[in-house]
Amino acid sequence: MKILVGVKRVVDYAVKIRVKPDRSGVVTEGVQHSMNPFDEIALEEAVKLKEKKLATEVVAFSLGGPKSAEVLRTALAKGADKAIHVQVSDDEAGKLESFHVAKTLQKIVEQEKFDAVFLGKQAIDDDSSQTAPILAGLLDWPQALYASKVEEGGSGHMKVTREIDGGLDTIKVKVPFVLSADLRLNEPRYATLPNIMKAKKKPLKNIPIKDLGVDITPQTETVEVTEPPVRKAGGFVEDVSALVAKLKEKGFVKA
Amino acid sequence: MLLRNVLSKGLRVRNSSSYCIRPSVGLERDVEDVMEAANQFAKKEMYPKMAEWDKKGELPMDVLKKAGEMGFGAIYCKGDHGGSGLSRLHASVIFEQLSMGCVSTAAYISIHNMCAWMLDTYGPDKLKEDLLPEMALFNKLGSYCLTEPDAGSDAASIRTTATKKGDYYVVNGSKAFISGAGTSDNYFVMMRQDGAAPGAKGIFCLMIEDGTEGFSYGKKEDKLGWNSQPTRILTFEDCKVPITNQIGKDGFGFNIAMAGLNGGRVNIASCSLGAAQRSMDLSIEHLKCRKQFGKTLSDFQYNQFKLAELATKLVTSRLIVRAAAEQLDNDDPEKVALCAMAKLHATDNCFEVVNGALQMFGGYGFLKDYPIQQYLRDIRVHQILEGTNEMMRLLISRDLLTKDIFWSS
Repeated sequence: MKILVGVKRVVDYAVKIRVKPDRSGVVTEGVQHSMNPFDEIALEEAVKLKEKKLATEVVAFSLGGPKSAEVLRTALAKGADKAIHVQVSDDEAGKLESFHVAKTLQKIVEQEKFDAVFLGKQAIDDDSSQTAPILAGLLDWPQALYASKVEEGGSGHMKVTREIDGGLDTIKVKVPFVLSADLRLNEPRYATLPNIMKAKKKPLKNIPIKDLGVDITPQTETVEVTEPPVRKAGGFVEDVSALVAKLKEKGFVKA
Repeated sequence: MLLRNVLSKGLRVRNSSSYCIRPSVGLERDVEDVMEAANQFAKKEMYPKMAEWDKKGELPMDVLKKAGEMGFGAIYCKGDHGGSGLSRLHASVIFEQLSMGCVSTAAYISIHNMCAWMLDTYGPDKLKEDLLPEMALFNKLGSYCLTEPDAGSDAASIRTTATKKGDYYVVNGSKAFISGAGTSDNYFVMMRQDGAAPGAKGIFCLMIEDGTEGFSYGKKEDKLGWNSQPTRILTFEDCKVPITNQIGKDGFGFNIAMAGLNGGRVNIASCSLGAAQRSMDLSIEHLKCRKQFGKTLSDFQYNQFKLAELATKLVTSRLIVRAAAEQLDNDDPEKVALCAMAKLHATDNCFEVVNGALQMFGGYGFLKDYPIQQYLRDIRVHQILEGTNEMMRLLISRDLLTKDIFWSS
């Protein structure tokens, strides 16, 4: 099984997000970036399957601006065998939608014959959660979303479990398939010093988006991005009856 | 080469975050990768537990094992026996990050690395093959043993003595202030050879294993800081050590000890950098949220200027430490004085940074619920060990006054 893993470069989870003064988006300049945490989990699962001999090759993929090469190098240090960087400009990268990513992944899968695509269940920047299901649709492959456990399913299948309200939902999917990783699927490993050094020698292929012929014209327009409203200071009331009267006045309790 | 050609090859600056004391300023890409790996490790595996380790007073073996898997056990040893094959600059950057997570544990890791390097550089092949892969993984811990109860700064006056008897050395004497003692498996001990020349030339180095007959430990010392690693006196009474455990040639022990310490000084100075960096971050957060007299502490110009001074001390310390690390990598003839300057400057100034940061925390800084007091306690000893800062002055002035000057009249 040859696995393609999507890894996205996002603003680091620990960074306090600030909105640009012109409200066109969030500030990404001079801000710490890292690999989307859910993608890290997807990658770890693919690498584990390779260690268990269930997978033969793990290839990391990223669609993004020049700096996406950083997350690909991290992916190589964490166990991916090869990396593919589909290149767009930083400007274009900011306007990419799940559909564009899925389209690009589809092209790569068709060109290089993968048996599975592992993705994070969502990216922590746009929180769309769309790439995996759209890709499954485009490829006409079964999907196993929000995976919390992945096992060998026998006769060309994989057994995938996800957590649902009040229990577990286990399905068998036929390979090839698309998987999205949930938080508790595994705990990603650290990149060790020897592996960071080895990663430099692993192949990283650059493909300009135009070579794939994928149309990345935006289908949506961001009208405005604003900060959440700031919580207003409360006031004091004289006694309980005044409090109740206030609550009634504001409509929080029925009169 | 024309000056402009030199300048155009300047270091590539990477984006990531932000302010002027960012530890990655000026680092090449591959060093920054290693820095980030060490930062992740310090953040997740060490920082949450540093107060607990301080209280417990024992080395966190589980985390050391994980550090071994990361490649932190033999960072600047060659790759053929499990070393990570990296530079001293890499090592400095790693120790700086790890010390943000826990100075004491990071400092022990640095001592272990110094021992691994001594073995890799001077040890016999058989011993290297057997021991180095185990040390690289922290399956076996190393300790450096030079100081004796009566021989500190005057290290050439050590009295522990070995007498050769057939295939063994019989060792008698004691070693003091030994980091990791009682937990370590392998002790790299400097001692005098019976009948050899007096002073530095009569010293050689033996690796003595834990459990060797005649080798015993004193009580665990109660210390101001560096509590996550045990410190004890070692005693050797007719302790029989195989001659195959000798590290380096006869009479070469003092050179080995000093060569190890050059790196040790850069490493320890790096550990002071981490404590200073983390203390700066903590105090910046505190200054922005603590309010007195109706405004945040960060609105007071005294604090602003003080913060600027501390930041400058931190950055100058970092620059000199990394410069010394690079001169060790280049094997520069002036490396001894440069490492001494780095240790003197960085450990003194970073102590002031942490102390200044503690002051900004007011009474809270004095509470054990807050980490700054631990950084302060832990880095205080950096001004004393690996050669006191007074001895650093001696090394620097000796270099100045015994060598040819740059432009003589």
